[in-house]
Amino acid sequence: MGEDGESPKINHSFLRDYVTEADVISTVEFNQTGDLLATGDKGGRVVIFQRETEPKGEPEELGESGEYNVYSTFQSHEPDFDYLKSLEIEEKINKIRWLPQQNAAHFLLSTNDKTIKLWKVSERDKRPEGYNLKDEEGRIKDISTVTSLRVPVLKPTDLMVEVRPRRIFANGHTYHVNSISVNSDGETYLSADDLRINMWHLDITDRSFNIVDIKPANMEDLTEVITAAEFHPHHCHLFVYSSSKGTLRLCDMRESALCDKHSKIFEEPEDPGNRSFFSEIISSVSDVKFSHSGRYLLTRDYLTVKVWDLNMEKGPVETYQVHEYLRSKLCSLYENDCIFDKFECVWNSTDSVIMTGAYNSFFRMFDRETGRGVTLEAWRESSKPRAVLRTRRVYTGGRRRRGDVGVDSLDFTKKILHMAWHPAENIIAIAATNNLYIFQDRVNAENQ
Amino acid sequence: MFSKGTKRKFSDGDEDLSDESLVGARVASSYSLQRQSLLDMSLIKLQLCHMLVEPNLCRSVLIANTVRQIQEEMTHDGSWHMVTEAFCGTGQSPSERLVATEVLCRSREQDAEPKLFSVISYEGCREEEVVADETLCSVSVSDTVSNVCLAGRMGQCWEKSELSGVERDEEALEDSREDEEVDTEDGASTEGPKTIGQVFGTFEIKNGSPGPDSALEELFSDVDTSYYDLDTMLTGMQSAPKMGPYDLLDSLAPSHSSPSIVSTPNCRSDLNELDHIMEIIVGS
Repeated sequence: MGEDGESPKINHSFLRDYVTEADVISTVEFNQTGDLLATGDKGGRVVIFQRETEPKGEPEELGESGEYNVYSTFQSHEPDFDYLKSLEIEEKINKIRWLPQQNAAHFLLSTNDKTIKLWKVSERDKRPEGYNLKDEEGRIKDISTVTSLRVPVLKPTDLMVEVRPRRIFANGHTYHVNSISVNSDGETYLSADDLRINMWHLDITDRSFNIVDIKPANMEDLTEVITAAEFHPHHCHLFVYSSSKGTLRLCDMRESALCDKHSKIFEEPEDPGNRSFFSEIISSVSDVKFSHSGRYLLTRDYLTVKVWDLNMEKGPVETYQVHEYLRSKLCSLYENDCIFDKFECVWNSTDSVIMTGAYNSFFRMFDRETGRGVTLEAWRESSKPRAVLRTRRVYTGGRRRRGDVGVDSLDFTKKILHMAWHPAENIIAIAATNNLYIFQDRVNAENQ
Repeated sequence: MFSKGTKRKFSDGDEDLSDESLVGARVASSYSLQRQSLLDMSLIKLQLCHMLVEPNLCRSVLIANTVRQIQEEMTHDGSWHMVTEAFCGTGQSPSERLVATEVLCRSREQDAEPKLFSVISYEGCREEEVVADETLCSVSVSDTVSNVCLAGRMGQCWEKSELSGVERDEEALEDSREDEEVDTEDGASTEGPKTIGQVFGTFEIKNGSPGPDSALEELFSDVDTSYYDLDTMLTGMQSAPKMGPYDLLDSLAPSHSSPSIVSTPNCRSDLNELDHIMEIIVGS
């Protein structure tokens, strides 16, 4: 596959960066229309951005498009303490998933290691005025001063965004929740921890169904954990989960109540030539995503992203090298724990491009049709707002070009783990530590 | 942080290496050195999980699998006894001995591995005994060097005494656990997996799961047995699954004396040393 070719056709523009107060962003997610973008951080806060709509009646100018501004901020999870184990429960938001919109309000699920919460985000731009028994400040009126009755009327006020917790799904997980996924039926969702997957009904908080349990009878026999899980986008009975051994299991809930036995298992046989002590660690799947079509799966392990066809279990149909130059550095990366970093991966809206993060504030995009990959950088110092992003390259041999970065100069503390792609347009949101970058493809503002 | 540019060359500039076998030997010893470093590093990583926040289970499992893999390979090579020399000889920290990254990461021809019984067996660390008590965990942290050191020596004794040959099944060994002869040595040598068991054990909510002595357990259910579990683990007593407080009083007496069953003089002196170390650590 071609690597890092300069693609003059792609014209990426840098809109703006948002600094989120020194808190590291731990998850990013667009809603189904792309108008709202939610980020969760290590401090348990959720920040929702809203895309500005163009003024009514005016056609969109070429090059102008809605920017994302802060819509609401709220504290989703607080630090907690598990008294039984004498351990703190982190308030870090691991995942946010939006529910499909059904009325004027928006709903999202946010989860930390143990508890999932359903939040209702609603707008209020009117308030009732003219109460009989209360005055304008809300104090009870002296009843003797009331001489006549009136009907309260709704008066417009400044827009207020209210966020309220509607459901709290607690005590469902012994281990750390790594994934949540809303079902296409609109009524249920799954939550996955290291060893179990539960299915919840959105309206019921005191009960959940355990659908996968891989906990061995003896914990010392534990060799494999669940790393990610997701429902199929169209079939409400299918879901997939990935493991630390690099396998994907597709489960059909119609087959049995407990889906420990998979319907299909996707596994690539190990390459004996590349075997080392780190083979298993780098094969661990850190993220799995269904394509929008529902036909393909996208997985990320430490060095590659792979596309799998649901109809073919024996191996991926496409493999892209994200940073193969790190293969000789695995021991150092094991030493400094970077080898355990969990990168996410995303599809674009048409499933033709896939994207994932890397180190040194780099992220990679792969065009599935041409097989070519490009490296981009999410770093404030090298970009101004509305500037065109230039492609970057890591020097791995051959002719060294200006601007190439040597492997030993890579900054492993600047990792791009979390990202999201707009569901309809070529707009991407990249989380770089405590900064959020939003990029838009100006040439192809809408999809072909 | 990732240190930049500290790659060291694999071959330390030995230009006059004409003898192929010498080169081969250097490669082999270098490889086993690095493998050893990796093992040390992994064990330390497993030990250092005792923060206030629950450690990452996925990471622990992956590290534990790496440790197992190394152990299996070392057993296969018959080089498990070299653990002692490497560990107790110089007293260096593992990171200092990590010479080059390439060799260890280099691909290696793997023969089809027969299902080997790992020299370090996973025994004695039942879930009921593992309490999520920080003191329990922190004791084992300080035990690292001494225990692994002992593991090596035990390994030597193991080979000599032929107690559990490499061919024996894991299940068969389960039965032999009750065998007193195996007890002390096993107790001393299970540093690695004991830690692994502990690490996984801390993830488990300590339920009142019915054990063999369920009636006894009910009787003493309100008694805090965490401290007694600490004792049983340190003294390497594997026989009783869960003892009531009164049972333990009987066993406390001989706990700090040298165990009576050793197969070689080597082991006896090592066990004395172990007791000595334990006393210092436990502060009894």
